[in-house]
Amino acid sequence: MGVHVIKLPDVGEGVAEAELVEWMVKPGDNVMEDQVLAAVMTDKATVEIPSPVIGKVTWLGAQAGEIVAVGSPIVKLDVDGAGNAKDEDVAPAKEKKAETKSTNGASSSPVRGGGVAERDGGGKPSKTPPQSATPTAPPQAGEQKKAAVANKAPRKEGEKPLASPAVRKRAADAGVYLRRVPGTGPAGRITHEDLDGYFEHGAAAPAGHARVADTSVKEIPVIGLRRKIAEKMAVSRSRIPDIVYVDEVDMTALEDLRAKLNAEKKPDQAKLTVLPFLMRAMAKAIADQPQVNSLFDDEAGVVKQYGGIHIGVAAQTDGGLVVPVVRHVEARGLWDCAAEVARLADAAKKGSATREELSGSTITITSLGALGGIVTTPVINHPEVAIIGVNKMQVRPHWDGTSFVPRRMMNLSCAFDHRIIDGWNAAVFVQRVKTLLENPAMIFIED
Amino acid sequence: MTELTCKALVIGGGPGGYVAGIRAGQLGLDTIVVDAEALGGTCLNVGCIPSKAVIHAADEFEKATHFANSSALGISAGKPKLDLSKTVAWKDGIVKRLTTGVGGLLKKNQVRTIKGWATFIDGKTVDVKTADGVQRIRAENVIIATGSIPVELPFMAFGGNVISSTGALALDAPPKNFAIVGAGYIGLELGIAFAKFGSKVTVVEAMDRILPTYDAELTKPVAKRLKDLGVTVILGAKAKGLSKDGKALEIEQNGKSESIPVDKVLVIVGRKPLTEGWGRENIAIDMDGRHIRIDDRCRTSMNGVYAIGDVTGEPMLAHRAMAQGEMVAEIIAGHNRRWDKVAIPAICFTDPEIVSCGLSPEEAKAAGHKIKTANFPFMANGRAMTMEAEDGFVRAVAREEDHLLLGLQAVGRGVSEMSAAFGLALEMGARLEDVAGTIHAHPTQGEALQEAALKALGHALHI
Repeated sequence: MGVHVIKLPDVGEGVAEAELVEWMVKPGDNVMEDQVLAAVMTDKATVEIPSPVIGKVTWLGAQAGEIVAVGSPIVKLDVDGAGNAKDEDVAPAKEKKAETKSTNGASSSPVRGGGVAERDGGGKPSKTPPQSATPTAPPQAGEQKKAAVANKAPRKEGEKPLASPAVRKRAADAGVYLRRVPGTGPAGRITHEDLDGYFEHGAAAPAGHARVADTSVKEIPVIGLRRKIAEKMAVSRSRIPDIVYVDEVDMTALEDLRAKLNAEKKPDQAKLTVLPFLMRAMAKAIADQPQVNSLFDDEAGVVKQYGGIHIGVAAQTDGGLVVPVVRHVEARGLWDCAAEVARLADAAKKGSATREELSGSTITITSLGALGGIVTTPVINHPEVAIIGVNKMQVRPHWDGTSFVPRRMMNLSCAFDHRIIDGWNAAVFVQRVKTLLENPAMIFIED
Repeated sequence: MTELTCKALVIGGGPGGYVAGIRAGQLGLDTIVVDAEALGGTCLNVGCIPSKAVIHAADEFEKATHFANSSALGISAGKPKLDLSKTVAWKDGIVKRLTTGVGGLLKKNQVRTIKGWATFIDGKTVDVKTADGVQRIRAENVIIATGSIPVELPFMAFGGNVISSTGALALDAPPKNFAIVGAGYIGLELGIAFAKFGSKVTVVEAMDRILPTYDAELTKPVAKRLKDLGVTVILGAKAKGLSKDGKALEIEQNGKSESIPVDKVLVIVGRKPLTEGWGRENIAIDMDGRHIRIDDRCRTSMNGVYAIGDVTGEPMLAHRAMAQGEMVAEIIAGHNRRWDKVAIPAICFTDPEIVSCGLSPEEAKAAGHKIKTANFPFMANGRAMTMEAEDGFVRAVAREEDHLLLGLQAVGRGVSEMSAAFGLALEMGARLEDVAGTIHAHPTQGEALQEAALKALGHALHI
């Protein structure tokens, strides 16, 4: 058995190098005479490299995409007989393979670049002393291509990442697993530059984990409750020129009172939330500003001002947004309101609320609780003329005239139909509610 | 006594423990190191350091003996005399300086040291029996660094003419007939030293070769040197015990009994982790055979309890313990560390010395690597010739596919100092080309490393 070395032939006049575009064989393959081994591309044409002999491929001298110099070995075959390889052919060829690997991504390093030149010079007998040999184009070009390829090449499965102790420590300090960092250094070593790249571009670098644009579109029919909501909201927004009024309310006193009442409540009483207080305060404020408790039939041009206060409470359920209604709040006490709110909320969640319980409101409260944000622009529940939005309660610094004190603050974001309610009336109504909530005793004083 | 509290409590002041203490101190952790004996553990007191002192004295004595005859160098001198008790006193001086130095380093880093025997009460509480009574210490983290002790042969307990390595380092005269049971590195290091002092040394080993943990290629020059020094090596033989009068060692080889006249017998058949006597039964830590089980952060199965060094098993080497100690101190200080070392060098201070770092050719193959390997002999190294140290070689083991160095070994005079280059090359992930492309100063033995790499690449220059 001998070794037959196939070098890149002269593929065209004046051509010094060619890009290896495709391998038709891989190490271990048996090849026949004239079988095409590879395709190389010059700037003029693509040329196929056939095998001149029968043999078994043992070594490939370049990877697809690499630039190969004319005359450099590209394939080694085990052949019967002596082969054509002399020692000098075999040795430099081995080195060349090593060199192309060693220079992965190292193009920025003059020292390693120099190393390439030197050993290339040393490998092929040359008259110039190795130190002064200039880098030949092929390995340089190949180097850059390889750098790009290596960037994407992850380690073999289960292989330990290769890195200097300094790189390992830097990665550990940053909480980065080196397994996830591609190495572009010799033998796949992870360099400081690789780590920089990883920090900059994150895990996007390794192949297989690239972010892909999602171009899919899913069609979801708008039906049922969703369509209902869509229609109602469209009517509200298109017909009602609303005015939104926001003010903050100091809830500290009310919260203290609420805590006490909850602590001493009877077992059969529902737990008090802020809602029953707000309802009672609204009922009191509506007594002064009755026009906010109206339905505006804008087609007939009639405002129906209601004596009974029926407060809708917007509630998010699994089935969607529903608005159960607490009827005749003007006739209910605080605990009664609480019990009714609890009952309706439960019914709405279970989906057992009746049509009547879900309609007939004259004014609406909308609250998202802890998700309430600072300000909302609630959409009026047409044909009502007012909606009271409750924002989240939080402790905020409050200037009491001499110092900042922590107070439990909550904003009310209220919208009114400006066709019926003027800004002045809206403001008076909200201010009244605010006063009542800030001085909760006033809610319970009978006029 | 009032209870003490600390962030890190280190049990054992050996190389693992005291390094953990120093590093913890540097990181500002409130730290206590407890040891019943002088700081420095086995390594400084009865191991690495004193044995190296004795080996150096033996080398110097051997040189002088060499010159008493005619020498190729043209030097001749009178017959040297040895006062081993003076050698031992000199050695003790070095030990004292080093152990005092360790105490100073701990103090400098605000680490408290307590002399006494520590016993676990629970995973966070330790009682230390000191000269002044029992001191209770409560610690957030405990580092077990209790080390190891020599294995005793049940039928030849230490005492009388049967000595351990500790005893061998304190002899006041070289025994005339000195038998050593066990041809591991400690046995051979001391055996060679005493042969140089003039003892008639016989080494008895149960396995069929010396230094069974190193490959035969590496140990061959040592075997040759043993022969030159007149050391009798009996392989595949079992020590059976001392004769009734204590003047002979009974051995059995191939079913035949033999009797070797002895004045002293050094039993050096390995070391075992010290896992008893400090209250291990009071805490719930898992064992892995004879040693404490640890993970890659030296954590035991118990939260806040770490173990480092010999008590965590092989390789029982001071520098491994030191690296673990440093790491654990940093982990306790909140750093993200795990054991990520590529190699732990191992050295036999025999004559010639052996150093091994990373994988041997056999180990590399067993790990599934296709390898390239090359030996460069010191016979072809100028510096080695000028030192009459032509025995031995440097060996490079690299992965065939990308020339990544997997292991570096050497055997030869003074090659222990090459461990630094070997370790650095492996930790940095060097390839054969990196070592071959590094200028190695001429004339040094280190050139053999570069040449070994060149040879693996197929173009060694000087052979």
